[in-house]
Amino acid sequence: MSVILILIPLSLVVAALFLGAFIWAVRGGQYEDTCTPSMRVLADDGTVDVKAAKAVDFENNNGRSR
Amino acid sequence: MEATAEITTASGFIERKEAIACFHCGTACVPGRHLKAGREFCCAGCQTVFELLSDAGLDRYYEIGDGVRARIDAGTGTENFRFLDNPEVRARFVDFDDGQTTRVTFRLPNIHCLACVWLLENLFRLMPGVGKSTVHFPRKQAVITFDPNTVRLSDVAALLDSLGYPPELKLSDLEKPPVSPITRRMWLQTGVAGFAFGNTMLFSISIYLGLDSFSGPAFLQLFGILSLILSIPVMTISAREYWVASWRALKHRQIPIEVPIAFGIVAIWGQSAWEVLSGRGEGYFDSLAGLLFFLNIGRIFQQKTFDRLAFDRDYRSFFPLSVMRRQGDREERVALAQVAVGDRLTIRHGELVPADARLVSGAGVIDYSFVTGEAEPVARELGEILHAGGRQLGGAIEIETVKAVNQGYLTDLWNQDAFRKIKDDTFGTLTNVYSRRFTWIILGVAVVSALGWMPFDPSRGLKAFVSVLIVACPCALALAAPFTLGSAQRVLARRRIFLRNPEVIETLAKIDAVVFDKTGTLTSTGTGDVHWMGLLGTELDDEEAAAVRAVAVQSSHPLARRVADALGMRSLARVEVTGFREVTGCGVEGVCSGVRVRMGSAAWLRQEGVDVPEVTIRGSRVAVARGALFRGDFAVGAEVRPEADRMLREMGGRYELALLSGDNERERERFTELFGSGARLHFNQSPLHKLGFIRDLQASGRRVLMAGDGLNDAGALRQADVGVAVAEDVASFSPASDVILQAGEVPRLGAVLDFSGRVVRVVRISFLVSTAYNLVGLAIAASGRLSPIVCAVLMPLSSVSVVLVACGLTEWVARRAGVTGEKTNPTAVESVPTEDKSR
Repeated sequence: MSVILILIPLSLVVAALFLGAFIWAVRGGQYEDTCTPSMRVLADDGTVDVKAAKAVDFENNNGRSR
Repeated sequence: MEATAEITTASGFIERKEAIACFHCGTACVPGRHLKAGREFCCAGCQTVFELLSDAGLDRYYEIGDGVRARIDAGTGTENFRFLDNPEVRARFVDFDDGQTTRVTFRLPNIHCLACVWLLENLFRLMPGVGKSTVHFPRKQAVITFDPNTVRLSDVAALLDSLGYPPELKLSDLEKPPVSPITRRMWLQTGVAGFAFGNTMLFSISIYLGLDSFSGPAFLQLFGILSLILSIPVMTISAREYWVASWRALKHRQIPIEVPIAFGIVAIWGQSAWEVLSGRGEGYFDSLAGLLFFLNIGRIFQQKTFDRLAFDRDYRSFFPLSVMRRQGDREERVALAQVAVGDRLTIRHGELVPADARLVSGAGVIDYSFVTGEAEPVARELGEILHAGGRQLGGAIEIETVKAVNQGYLTDLWNQDAFRKIKDDTFGTLTNVYSRRFTWIILGVAVVSALGWMPFDPSRGLKAFVSVLIVACPCALALAAPFTLGSAQRVLARRRIFLRNPEVIETLAKIDAVVFDKTGTLTSTGTGDVHWMGLLGTELDDEEAAAVRAVAVQSSHPLARRVADALGMRSLARVEVTGFREVTGCGVEGVCSGVRVRMGSAAWLRQEGVDVPEVTIRGSRVAVARGALFRGDFAVGAEVRPEADRMLREMGGRYELALLSGDNERERERFTELFGSGARLHFNQSPLHKLGFIRDLQASGRRVLMAGDGLNDAGALRQADVGVAVAEDVASFSPASDVILQAGEVPRLGAVLDFSGRVVRVVRISFLVSTAYNLVGLAIAASGRLSPIVCAVLMPLSSVSVVLVACGLTEWVARRAGVTGEKTNPTAVESVPTEDKSR
């Protein structure tokens, strides 16, 4: 039964990692708008030149500076 | 749809012709006038957008989406947005700026489909210097980054405007603090509770399965302590809202619904901690974490429902955002927020005085009905102080501000107590009384059931105590009335029928007499032809026409507007008007290049000493006098609004109908036919007559609705139980009214009354449902059979279900009553007028 003493902290650590990932996602604003991405994917069929978009996306580094 | 277009003929007047639909916006257009790539456009604006999009390779815009696009009014240009470049204003709009990159969030009410999202996110292809743009569809917002060294904020706003997405630049936008991360916090709180719930459950399950029977009590103790540790973030992070609410309750001596829940949480935690630390058991930490997990999910769910419903309920955007500021001899358009003490502002006829100010030049005739409810305008001498919220009624004046602009004050004017009439807020009162007493009753029930169970089964007592506190939350009840009335208000706003507040619906449901004004309300002056019938058949020469137009343009009377619009078709010189005066219900006068021009009713001109001959005219007559001599008449064709006859027939049986008109009796026969023989028709009525008539009706026990012109009938509208101001465009805002109705929607008034009655019935039903819900829940909870977790699931479900049922019923009722807003063009709704259209 002493294996439980290892397993319990281990499970807590794994769970905490997931919690951390969740917190990261929330902080990053992924839960802010769950509607628009579903529409975006419908319109995006390659006519948008991704390279061109990247080139003008000069603010990429400041993406989360709110 | 019948396709027609307004075409200006050589004579300067309007006629209707067959036409085809514009490729961009679908508006009827003149064939061949705007032609590009084999496609017809209604105007230069739409054509420009098409060219812009096809040059940038964005034609796909026309393939995806629902095909509804805004008509582009060409010539709005950057000038109207110039005020955004002022550093002070800019700072309030911009979210982020480091000199290299600027990010701004605009609310674009016209966003409505996939194509909008696609086009707005491809904005960088249309204007060099614009970077990434991200659309938030549910909020109708676009976050746009740009290089401030290449483009200005006003350029971005103008680009959006030229594409048919005019940014909504409201006062409240300027005042609003940056979006608070409240929803993020909710998600975090839910996540933490869920984490603790899952892990505590692992320990609890092993205990439930009888772990201690073969491993001894050591593990039991260890698991208990681990659960206790896991409960700490739950209590500090996830339950935070309940502590905050309870603390606020202590300070303000009010008991909100969060308090009993906070009691319950403390009770469970205290009991569990005591059990674990004293080695008696493992406590109820799994229940506690689960409880908060579900409570938080419920809050998110509620918040989401609320957001969706409150989405387009905003109706308080009637104030012009910018004003004309004079600097030296130059005038510039500036944002209201930017007006400083000592600035000189030009206030034109019908515009609001934005801040306390001193009159510098011009004749001040100020209508303070916004502020005091007193409809009689007061004259102000040069140098006197004008108070904020007053409305200038003469010609243009110049003022110098003495106090800073308080926008909240202006925005709230419509909801001022001075305009509130008899309070018909029975539902609100009921809800308040209920929730005030409620908490105490619930605490009582909880304590009694806990004490009742204690002697037999202590754990069941605790369960009953907590369950009662949680299941009995009166959210469902508290939400029923505001949500039903609120969504009814939203349904109407989609139809361009704006209510002062949701409670107006309650009053509408009680109306039993309806009084109509004629010109501009039952008859439409916007569609009829305007004919000039000069004395001895003479035409107006350009100079005369310019003078008449200059005077007419100052007034907001529907006939004056019509005349001004018709003359506006001719290219006329702009002339200065002095000594402008409007005699309500009679006419207007002003002096142009030394000649006094008067126009209005023939009776008034005769009273003024002008010799006006009797003539027979089809439609409404606007007599014009130049100096002391009669010059001729405008015959403004006034047609009874389509469908108005059907509405009057339908209303005839249920309401007492009456017509009050300032016009003469010429059309009595026609309206007798429309109203039926029982109705009372009164002609030649002054504003005072109208007011008296409504008072008499009320004295005989009637609840009266008056529909009329917001400015000319202000007194009557205020006196009526519900005053409905009929506005040709939503910008002409009348404070005395409870309802502002777009002119075209007048024939829908009967349906609106019908709808209100049904809505009130819906509220009653939701009250019954939620009360039954609570009673049943309470009974089961008090018996100690319901676990707190189940209660935590049931509680938000009950509120959400009541809210959804209420709103669903409202929509259904709206469809039954024929007031759905499906036909409305999204472009016309909610667009904020930033400029007086008559200029």
